Amino acid sequence: MPNRTIAPPIIDAVDFELVLPRCDHHVLSNGVEIYHLNMGSEDTLQLNWVFYAGAWYEKKKALAASTNFLMKNGTSGRTAFEINEHFDYYGAYVNRSCYSETSEITLHCLNKHVHALIPVIAEMITDATFPEEELAIYKQNSLQRLKVNLQKGEFVAGRLIDSYLFGDKHPYGKYNNAEDYEALTREDLVAFYDEYYRKGRCVIFAAGKLPADLIPTLEQYFGTLPLRNHRETIVGIEHKIEPAVQKKYRVINDENGVQAAIRLLRPFPNRHHPDFQKAQVLNNVLGGFFGSRLMGNIREDKGYTYGIYSYLLNFVHESGWMITTEAGRDVAEDTIKEVYNELALLREEPIDDEELMMTRNFIIGTVLGDLDGPFQVIGRWKNMILSGVDEAYFYQSLQTVRSVTAAELQDLANKYLQPDDFYELVVI
Amino acid sequence: MIQFDKFTLSNGLRVIVHEDDTTPMAVVNIMYDVGAKDENPEKTGFAHLFEHLMFGGSINIEDYESPLQMAGGENNAYTSNDLTNYYVQLPAENIETAFWLESDRMLSLAFSEKSLDVQRKVVSEEFKEHYINKPYGDVWFKLREMAYTKHPYRWMTIGKELSHIEDATLKDVKAFFKQHYNPSNAIMVVGGKVKTAQVRELAEKWFGDIPSGQKYDRQIAEEPQQTEPRRMEVHADVPLDAIYKVWHMDNRLSHGYYVADLITEILGGGGSSRLFQRLVKEKKLFSNIECYHFGTVDKGLLTIEGKLVKGVKMEDAERAIEEELDLLKREGITEKELTKVKNKTESALAFEDMSVMTRCNNLAFYELLGDPSLFNSDREKYFSVTVDDVLHYSRKYFDVNNSSTLCYFSKH
Repeated sequence: MPNRTIAPPIIDAVDFELVLPRCDHHVLSNGVEIYHLNMGSEDTLQLNWVFYAGAWYEKKKALAASTNFLMKNGTSGRTAFEINEHFDYYGAYVNRSCYSETSEITLHCLNKHVHALIPVIAEMITDATFPEEELAIYKQNSLQRLKVNLQKGEFVAGRLIDSYLFGDKHPYGKYNNAEDYEALTREDLVAFYDEYYRKGRCVIFAAGKLPADLIPTLEQYFGTLPLRNHRETIVGIEHKIEPAVQKKYRVINDENGVQAAIRLLRPFPNRHHPDFQKAQVLNNVLGGFFGSRLMGNIREDKGYTYGIYSYLLNFVHESGWMITTEAGRDVAEDTIKEVYNELALLREEPIDDEELMMTRNFIIGTVLGDLDGPFQVIGRWKNMILSGVDEAYFYQSLQTVRSVTAAELQDLANKYLQPDDFYELVVI
Repeated sequence: MIQFDKFTLSNGLRVIVHEDDTTPMAVVNIMYDVGAKDENPEKTGFAHLFEHLMFGGSINIEDYESPLQMAGGENNAYTSNDLTNYYVQLPAENIETAFWLESDRMLSLAFSEKSLDVQRKVVSEEFKEHYINKPYGDVWFKLREMAYTKHPYRWMTIGKELSHIEDATLKDVKAFFKQHYNPSNAIMVVGGKVKTAQVRELAEKWFGDIPSGQKYDRQIAEEPQQTEPRRMEVHADVPLDAIYKVWHMDNRLSHGYYVADLITEILGGGGSSRLFQRLVKEKKLFSNIECYHFGTVDKGLLTIEGKLVKGVKMEDAERAIEEELDLLKREGITEKELTKVKNKTESALAFEDMSVMTRCNNLAFYELLGDPSLFNSDREKYFSVTVDDVLHYSRKYFDVNNSSTLCYFSKH
């Protein structure tokens, strides 16, 4: 019979040697780069076209996201239905997504079908027609979705908190209202598409079990297009951060709401700043995983919420440090008080060895688990490449996890986890 | 074809091993054959509340999370109407930590008042977050009660009402544990960078001495055949009108289940599906429309739900859905349409199989259904579906006397 009171011996995850699988690199004749990773045992693959066509570049709100979405809704050779039918027939998934800097088209498919699918992606990128009728349906449905979302406290809170930190004109802080969708015209979309997609800056990522002729195929369909290398700089597009003066907000969105959406956010530099990687470790202790301080206190001890998290915003130019939770309406203010108590503890007392070791092991264990799937690995590469860092950054961040000291983390807490620096928002 | 080994400990614990040395990780998945359908109708939400309590310390280990995190592992759990599943992923070198933790909480919990008190609150907040503080959040409470008169799928996993959770006592918790949480009612799947011999040794060491407990004898009322349409109207503070229609479908192991799954793809799967193309794009009656089911073990519900475009009349929207169903019942589908949804299924399964965690989870589920080798044969069943099947089952399912309809009106 085993002695159940003694934990079995473990190997500390920090002692594992982690290797980020290498990604191959190719440049098409027009200068567009491809990062490709042949890995995995299933016959699946993922292809990802990233364009510098995010909200950063739009002159009218909602334009970047709308253009990105409607690229799939008609080309001169195919209707929206025919495009959908084509991808569906081959069991493929085509997703579009639009972020602050970049926007993407992602294809997931079985590798045996990829040759039938790439030409239609090329059509979307070169020959989208943005039919008036599709735009009208899109506007109507976006407006309806917005109406439903605006009833949700968490949705409203998510929009407002970013706008406090960055200002509601900055790409990181602005959000779309009904009139923004209504004001969109087909001409706006066509012009944006022409500049930022057809002649846009593009980079391609491929992962999974890749067909042998992937590169020549991509060369054939994308290598001669007027696309540009994603590293080319665009001059003249600057956005000024205009943070709000007022720090604390209480918003009633629904008189009968039983929960409060709570958001706390302070400015934080981007990932090139020397504090960034250490702050990731401190963030884990604070609210980055189930064993974090915030979860332990506010969920597991007080029962105020189903979940509470903290994270560093994933923006390229500037970041922010966010704490987010949905808590009972009657305990909302107590929740905020407890968050500040946890910040104070991190400032005042060094993290003890065991907790710090647990955090290190947890982070490394998670990264290890993340490195065995091709899509996760290419995701890491993509994030590094789009943020302008290289492989060394990955290994350096692991080294930081292994070696950062309790004293350094306490210094960081004193530097960044000051209540007065946080915007504080409660939406009921 | 997935490879696995299976053995059973003398206390009845079934163990399945799925070796995969391409990953540095190991997965330990424990599925208990208990879900919301095993609850007392007066104490609903209990299986799920109990899942939370499983993290509140066990008989010899005060804290479940910290040692696991120390070993570089992460875990989670979920409860459905049919089952409760706990899963751990950690570096393969540290796999014994998962055996230690999981076996201790199968042996006995700490049963602390404090943990119960806190988790009652946490689950109440979960209830509010997902079902109260959300437009249309109450829909499935109403739909289930309308569609099921006897079968315990009548209530949601989260519970029928908040008070059931708030009233749970430690005595209830202990009784539930005794009845359901024992080796004879559990399935363990271990996967990733492991060997069967090693797993056998660890399983004997950590689980071998846990008393087998009594095998739970499930007595669940069969839902009587529905004989007339059911309807309900709700007027609520939501921005848009919505309609929900459900029809009883066959259980998980019937041929009709696979047909129903493909029917949901034909009607609602993606941009080329019939309902989306005709009713959102062409007729512009809905801003979105979906067709789905929950994959339940017992007879589930084929569901269509849609939000109406502002200004569209409820009866026009409903008639348009009926017309699509009539067309399907009259003319069936083409071979090309069938090939399309089979291709989609093939692709979806291949993506699902990429994760060793999902494979282990599915193996446990198939064992729960009676045989882990269903993992492989289940797929063949999708590919055996014919256009005639789709015609036949569309007529069977989409019978007005088999339907429940919820019209959800905006007060604005």
